[in-house]
Amino acid sequence: MSRRTIEMAVGTSGVDQFGRPMRAPLAVRGNGALVLEAPPEPELEGDHMLINIGPQHPATHGVLRLVLELDGETVVRCVPHIGYLHCGFEKIGEYRQYNQIIPWTDREDYLNSIGNNVAFVLGCERLFGIQITPRCTVLRVIAMEMSRIMSHLVWMGTTCIDIGAFTPFLWLYQERENLYNLLEGWVGARLTTSATRVGGMAAEVPDGWMDGLKAFIRGFPKTLDEADRMLARNGIWMGRTVGIGALSADEAINYGLSGAMLRASGVAYDVRKDVPYLDYETYDFDVPVGTQGDVYDRYLVRVEEMRQSIRILEQAVQRLPDGPLNVDDPRVILPPKTRATSQMESMIHHFKLVMEGPRPPIGEVYVPVESPKGEKGYYLVSDGTSKPVRWRIRPPAFVNLSAIPRMVEGHLLSDVIAINASIDIVMGEIDR
Amino acid sequence: MGLITTGERTIVRAPEPTGSTQDSWVTSRLDFLVNWARSSSMWPMPFGTACCAIEFMATAASRYDLARFGMERLSFSPRQADVLICAGRVPYKLAPVLRRIYQQMPQPKWVISMGACASSGGMFDNYAVVQGIDTIIPVDVYVPGCPPRPEALMYAILMLHKKVQTERLRDGARHTEIEPDPQSHLYIPPSRIDELSEPFGNSVHQTRSAP
Amino acid sequence: MTRPLPSYPSTRPGSAREAAGEPAPITPHHVAHRGGAENPSVAALRERFGAAIVRAHVMWGETTVIVAADAIHDVIAFLRDEPAHAYNYLVDVTAVEYRDAEQPMELVWHLRSLPWQRFLRLKVEIPKGEPLVAPSITDLYASADWLERECFDMFGVTFTGHPDLRRILMWDTYREGHPLRKDFPLRGRFSRSEQLTQALSIDTVGRYSMTELTIAEAFDDLPADMRERLAERRAAELARSMRTLDAGDDA
Repeated sequence: MSRRTIEMAVGTSGVDQFGRPMRAPLAVRGNGALVLEAPPEPELEGDHMLINIGPQHPATHGVLRLVLELDGETVVRCVPHIGYLHCGFEKIGEYRQYNQIIPWTDREDYLNSIGNNVAFVLGCERLFGIQITPRCTVLRVIAMEMSRIMSHLVWMGTTCIDIGAFTPFLWLYQERENLYNLLEGWVGARLTTSATRVGGMAAEVPDGWMDGLKAFIRGFPKTLDEADRMLARNGIWMGRTVGIGALSADEAINYGLSGAMLRASGVAYDVRKDVPYLDYETYDFDVPVGTQGDVYDRYLVRVEEMRQSIRILEQAVQRLPDGPLNVDDPRVILPPKTRATSQMESMIHHFKLVMEGPRPPIGEVYVPVESPKGEKGYYLVSDGTSKPVRWRIRPPAFVNLSAIPRMVEGHLLSDVIAINASIDIVMGEIDR
Repeated sequence: MGLITTGERTIVRAPEPTGSTQDSWVTSRLDFLVNWARSSSMWPMPFGTACCAIEFMATAASRYDLARFGMERLSFSPRQADVLICAGRVPYKLAPVLRRIYQQMPQPKWVISMGACASSGGMFDNYAVVQGIDTIIPVDVYVPGCPPRPEALMYAILMLHKKVQTERLRDGARHTEIEPDPQSHLYIPPSRIDELSEPFGNSVHQTRSAP
Repeated sequence: MTRPLPSYPSTRPGSAREAAGEPAPITPHHVAHRGGAENPSVAALRERFGAAIVRAHVMWGETTVIVAADAIHDVIAFLRDEPAHAYNYLVDVTAVEYRDAEQPMELVWHLRSLPWQRFLRLKVEIPKGEPLVAPSITDLYASADWLERECFDMFGVTFTGHPDLRRILMWDTYREGHPLRKDFPLRGRFSRSEQLTQALSIDTVGRYSMTELTIAEAFDDLPADMRERLAERRAAELARSMRTLDAGDDA
């Protein structure tokens, strides 16, 4: 058993007799040339070093903490520590009515807030036995795909920064601002949207909103191609990502990975195809699959996913039907304001819905959706009251992150950053 | 949050100035120069945890361009930072980390508490979340919003600049290090923390699990 | 310790279903509250395990199987390894505690079969008052590691055979209990100032705990002064957590 040091020695390589930092001495070689002669390295053979990354580190995308055991520069072992952003989502959900939980879903995977809103109410509607309207279905598809692009944009931008490219971040954030504008026009918030309600949406899209979306659909692929051109064949980018953190298909399944992580390993598991919801089986889109399962494949898969999302958005814009947005079900949907103030029955309805909240029958559901991170599911258990007994989030990033000790072992310290970025973690969702 | 009616006060208080209270022309000019330099090139240390960090990124990115205020140089090391921007909720598990990062920053230093969660616990009135980071470290500017828009953060930054511009070198007490109580690790009295963390508004009524 | 991965003809999603000629899945509309087609694996489970399968029901289109506590590991291993079922994907491990004090606590496993595109929920009921113990399935699924740790942290369920069962979301010396239990108050057991005091006394300078070092085996190789420091730090940590525990009880 080798001896291990437990604290990293931090400091300069040495100081001279006057306390000034020493420089590497110049030596004269036989041919008269001056060469830089590095000072002798301290003997470290056989010693392992432990270093700590996080919880406050720009490359950990939040407050992840990794403790790495290094042999030279090679990672021998990695111990992740999470929970620095544990905010008790699941506990507080037991004290809130179903519609009141929707604001919490915004803040849990905050890159994908509107997608979480949709996912949560899909679970609620199964629990209530509600069938949503065709217009609402298509609008929710638009919301989910917009949110997938938004999340992938942040992933791509921050991964660029981690690996050393700053420019794509600025370009991609410009496109994200366009999506923010669209969301703001629709629901009034940039990030924390709370856009859905059980049985429908909070608001109808305003006049002319679809033109804005169409403009985005036209303009976005150009920016994406530009950023992709900067990276996909870039020597530095490929050097940092190809062959790094690879997982085989069987291992990836056994680790419970999902989303782009699993697809990069060659398993075409996409909840939209395998457990369809919101009529996704009627849309024409492809599921990109990688072959090597390394960081580079994950990058390629995510970029292609954005292109496929644009395809879905195009189809959804074309097929958006007219008609009512919310279901006509007095158990969950408030009566129109004019009726609530003029008719006794509607007023009682309004009062009961607001004060007591809708009550689902006793039961439990698990409804998964394909979130940008992977299979995200809400497991809801009802005992017949207006508040859930258990509100469980199946966090894809949590499960994906649990494979990081396996992925980083044997790689260099700098590769840990690239691998961590490729998982696309959001600590809000991991710690909940 | 309730009215503060106890007699206990915070420990952070400027002592009475000694000697002449009149500023001379030289010191006031020097103050102006120093404050101008300090406020024009603040290095923010983003302590981003949750949603607010995404809005902070938007503020630093192309459209809102934080560089206009001399703040584009994000200092991810607390040792070289001037202002700590705490963006996002701070659970109890993170509290010692935040306290330590604050202690690692050199004086003079300022703190912006960005968002409802950092300022008051926000919607997370439960067992896991600190009810306002001002129970851990002193805060200069609070930014409301969940999350605040980039414009709100910029407004807070400009407010902080204004605050820095009115500081005087003579008031040395403003920038002395806080010294928490060695037993309880708190820097304000426990009763005050309990009072500040009491549920308020709607959340008072929302502690019933069923029906 | 970890079992070898099963070998199916193909783990490609939907491959087994296509070979069997079943139609591709579509979005479910108008799902019935109770009743409906039962997952075909249930019949095989009944045949194989008999009385260990307590009961099964279909609710909102999802099949739930309640299994006897001592059989759950074998049941999951059977479901994973048998190509006719091929539940190769562990979705989730969690627990449910009901508000009704009479109702037993439930441990829940969500399994998915990628080749067959099927979903199955397994449950073990633990009557109130009995110890919350279940066998760990980390030898079957690597993803069970963190999911079981979270379940232990939040509910206090002990998974026997888990290699490293400790808190994952709350810190190691957290003294207030298991937050998702129904007897745990929403705002925690201690006052806010006490919670803050406990949290701030977490040692951030002692960066590496003994657990991380796993240095059980390497401990003797450490320099003597370092060993002393570690032992001192550990003793101080323990003493502090005991003190705070006492203080918390008083509060």
